[in-house]
Amino acid sequence: MNKVVNGADEAIRDIEDGMTLMVGGFGLCGLPENCIAALVRKGVKELTCISNNAGVDDFGIGLMLKQRQVKKMVSSYVGENAEFERQLLSGELEVELIPQGTLATRCMAAGYGMPAIFTPAGIGTEVAIGKEIRNFNGKDYLMEMAFEADFAIVKAWKGDTMGNLVYRATARNFNAVMAMAGKVTIAEVEELVEPGELDPDHIHTPGIYVHRIFQGEKYEKRIEQRTVRKRV
Amino acid sequence: MLDKEGIAKRIAKEIKDGYYVNLGIGIPTLVANYLPKNIDVVLQSENGLLGMGPFPFEGEEDADVINAGKQTITMLPGSAVFDSAMSFGMIRAKKVNLTILGAMEVSENGDIANWKIPGKMVKGMGGAMDLVASADNIIVAMQHVNKAGESKLLPNCTLPLTGVHCVKKIVTELAVLDVLPGGGFKLLERAPGVSVDEIIKATAGKLVIEGDVPEMIL
Repeated sequence: MNKVVNGADEAIRDIEDGMTLMVGGFGLCGLPENCIAALVRKGVKELTCISNNAGVDDFGIGLMLKQRQVKKMVSSYVGENAEFERQLLSGELEVELIPQGTLATRCMAAGYGMPAIFTPAGIGTEVAIGKEIRNFNGKDYLMEMAFEADFAIVKAWKGDTMGNLVYRATARNFNAVMAMAGKVTIAEVEELVEPGELDPDHIHTPGIYVHRIFQGEKYEKRIEQRTVRKRV
Repeated sequence: MLDKEGIAKRIAKEIKDGYYVNLGIGIPTLVANYLPKNIDVVLQSENGLLGMGPFPFEGEEDADVINAGKQTITMLPGSAVFDSAMSFGMIRAKKVNLTILGAMEVSENGDIANWKIPGKMVKGMGGAMDLVASADNIIVAMQHVNKAGESKLLPNCTLPLTGVHCVKKIVTELAVLDVLPGGGFKLLERAPGVSVDEIIKATAGKLVIEGDVPEMIL
């Protein structure tokens, strides 16, 4: 069950114009940097990207926005990107804003084989417009559908050749839920190891969910908000 | 009148021993600096962490360790990390005892608006809609009036809503107020040096005042 491919370009070879991609990460934390760079090189267009954020101007999905590769963003928060704002205001880019928990849980539902979930997030707001509402035990819930994505692109800390993944600290975020949700899941890792080197008790994403895996060439791991305290 | 630090300091007194707390961006983040020393509190960050600690020392920043505001932070001993679905799972399941967040407007029946201003670039609701829809215990930290001098405590919100009937308590630079279950802002405390009249003038929604209103102790 060897899932290893020869780098990012091979991993994304059959991603085509108009497809829907899930892209893991939270802000710039846990971004699949090498796959994003390969998508920019390939120049594939008209993409729908399901991703919590839209990167910054010169990193993350921002690099794909700059090349006009994205038709639609499905996100919870998109604040940090001037080019994004320009494309949105000019009508070149479509954006669907979704509560963060709903976004995560719609990914989870796809990975658990459930067609829909019920959540109270958005009840009484414009998010609820046009959606089915069900009352359970006196409280209203919105029915939200599981996502469908042609590809999920995630980044893990370590992975083995069978696709088992381990994330590090808060870089787990959306990566672990999106990894379960793609029709095809591509995982890039900082360190690729042989089967048996990862403790089965410590696997976060079982390899059955992962179709292709490779070790990223390099990781910049950029920090969006560098906050520190002084030593006393 | 309180400054932002003062609002944070007053809110910190609402946090009880054993609480798991989610702090929003802005004034709520400052609350972490004033947690009472003698109690056990765990901070939840909705990007997937329980046990958030202070900012790292210079040179020890780790790109993999951030909070929901994308700031570099540290993880305290006993921390746990998890994915985004589980993070909102524990919020939805009411495991998080207290949520503190900012607001643009709050209505007298507890509705909150804090994510969108028509005509301006909309950045998104992030996790705010999930938090306000599920938490039983929500404290809003905000200024009593906006930059134009208009009250932010209203009969009804004018901005697009984030959630309905959810805010329980509000702490502003002028006062501490409870949102009554039947509607209305009950004035509990005045900020140091602030008169009841000043609070009445700054509150557009229904204000309930019973007896003497004490000055808050910080």
